[in-house]
Amino acid sequence: MSVDLTTVKRVASLARLAVTEAEAEALVPELNGILDWVEQLGEVDVTGVEPMTAVIPNTLRLRDDVVTDGDVRDKVLANAPQAEHGFFAVPKVIE
Amino acid sequence: MRTELTDLTVAEIRDGFRAGDFSAREVAEAFNANVAAAKALNAFIVETPEHALAAADQADKDKAAGTLKPLSGVPIGMKDLFCTNGVQTTAASHMLEGFKPTYESTVSQKLWDAGAGMLGKLNLDQFAMGSSNETSYFGNVISPWRSKNGGNAPLAPGGSSGGSSAAIAARLCPAATGTDTGGSIRQPAAFTGISGIKPTYGRCSRWGIIAFASSLDQAGPMARTVQDCAIMLENMAGFDARDSTSLDLAVPQWEAGLSADLKGKKVGIPREYRVDGLDADVARVWDDGIAWLKDAGAEIVEVSLPHSKYALPAYYIIAPAEASSNLARYDGVRYGLRDLPDGANLQDMYAATRAAGFGPEVKRRIIIGTYVLSAGFYDAYYTQAQKVRTLIARDFATAFESCDVILAPTAPSAAFALGDKTADPLAMYLNDVFAVPASLAGLPAMSVPGGLSKDGLPLGLQIIGPAFDEQSVLNAGLAIEQRAGFTARAEKWW
Repeated sequence: MSVDLTTVKRVASLARLAVTEAEAEALVPELNGILDWVEQLGEVDVTGVEPMTAVIPNTLRLRDDVVTDGDVRDKVLANAPQAEHGFFAVPKVIE
Repeated sequence: MRTELTDLTVAEIRDGFRAGDFSAREVAEAFNANVAAAKALNAFIVETPEHALAAADQADKDKAAGTLKPLSGVPIGMKDLFCTNGVQTTAASHMLEGFKPTYESTVSQKLWDAGAGMLGKLNLDQFAMGSSNETSYFGNVISPWRSKNGGNAPLAPGGSSGGSSAAIAARLCPAATGTDTGGSIRQPAAFTGISGIKPTYGRCSRWGIIAFASSLDQAGPMARTVQDCAIMLENMAGFDARDSTSLDLAVPQWEAGLSADLKGKKVGIPREYRVDGLDADVARVWDDGIAWLKDAGAEIVEVSLPHSKYALPAYYIIAPAEASSNLARYDGVRYGLRDLPDGANLQDMYAATRAAGFGPEVKRRIIIGTYVLSAGFYDAYYTQAQKVRTLIARDFATAFESCDVILAPTAPSAAFALGDKTADPLAMYLNDVFAVPASLAGLPAMSVPGGLSKDGLPLGLQIIGPAFDEQSVLNAGLAIEQRAGFTARAEKWW
């Protein structure tokens, strides 16, 4: 499988990364180099092998259903690029 | 005239302070002065001398009051991947420049609770993605080491914990935190002639550590001795309900358990790591390590890790996949950079913010990760890589049926010059070929100095142990440390 310019632009768009034409062009050979190299995984016989889900066998814990946090609105907003009236502010979404 | 305070190890500082040989304030002032005088190394992004002094003054008070803590009097460096309350935390990115967390990471909090002070936030590869500390938005870290044969070309301190390794090697701090996703503690330790251990996945809480690849990320200490690594790790590890993969196990007393007597222990030598064209110096130091462990009483056995060659390609699917998901949070809304071009809508803002805030290597990995997770490719890449990962973990499990620890090189070469590998991402990735398998399997692994290359640069030996058995790893490390007699240090030029 190899990627072309259109694919790179599509993937960048999926990743919400603005790329210039020059950046996208430079990424094509780089990504193909890396993808060609990882292709070798295809030669491993994985018949009957389960994909790894946890390196250390672990069952997810449940905790008591109680409030353990909260009431820290100003802390949550402290690093916001733009906060107004106790909310995160973003450009207008609905026209 | 006593030894310079900044030449002391963590254990020596702790014990000397307790014995009254010096005050905690004297120690903090000495390290603060070294930090302030070492700008040329660019090891710190933020210096926090006042934090170190406040902890020292508290330690001096605690000593008078008889309420000493395990790390009272010891100042350390904090990799700038750990969130520190009120102190800028950037992951060496433009994206988080100016970000001041309103909370403290579990690991750093544990260290402060143990009495340690913070000298500053250490530089690293951006979002911990890199093997040479050349992807930091705040500039390269320069290794204090210089090659005997390379003129004075600046050398890589390794990565991603390159600020940590450089600072320790240059005596700017006696110990520091690191994080290891695919070798980011061990490889920089090897490059700078210090020690570092990545514990079993889950030993140290990931809470408050800026995420790269969550199934691999693990914090650990870096220091100049094995004993110091044990002391630090005891004060970093422990169960944390806020990390769903935290191990609910008591923290062993690793320092008290240290023993370099390896009688009855078996050390496995993985035959697949003896690759064609293995660097002659690396091979020589590996052979030295085998001889030292034999001398310590261990029996040497050959083991096989047949899927080793697939570890790196599997890693470069899994880690970017997880990174692309983790780094989706940087959207210019809740924290960090926002780039809002004139007339931009929300989607444009996301894309512009992420284009401006991430460096080229981070973008490359996000794009690879997004691609391998995209519709139609997920099974071919990601599922296949996770199956191979299962096989790699099985290889280790099988090997540990016939040995207690595994000995291997940490990296395929000594430190390279800055700029040597930046043009070719793959060449850079290959630097972690020996480090990545243990990461994929979640196993404890450490690097200790083994000797010098013909150019006079440090080479590391790696010890890998079974899950939960950091003690055996540390003990084999100690046996090597006692026999390697590694006293070389970088001559001061900065």
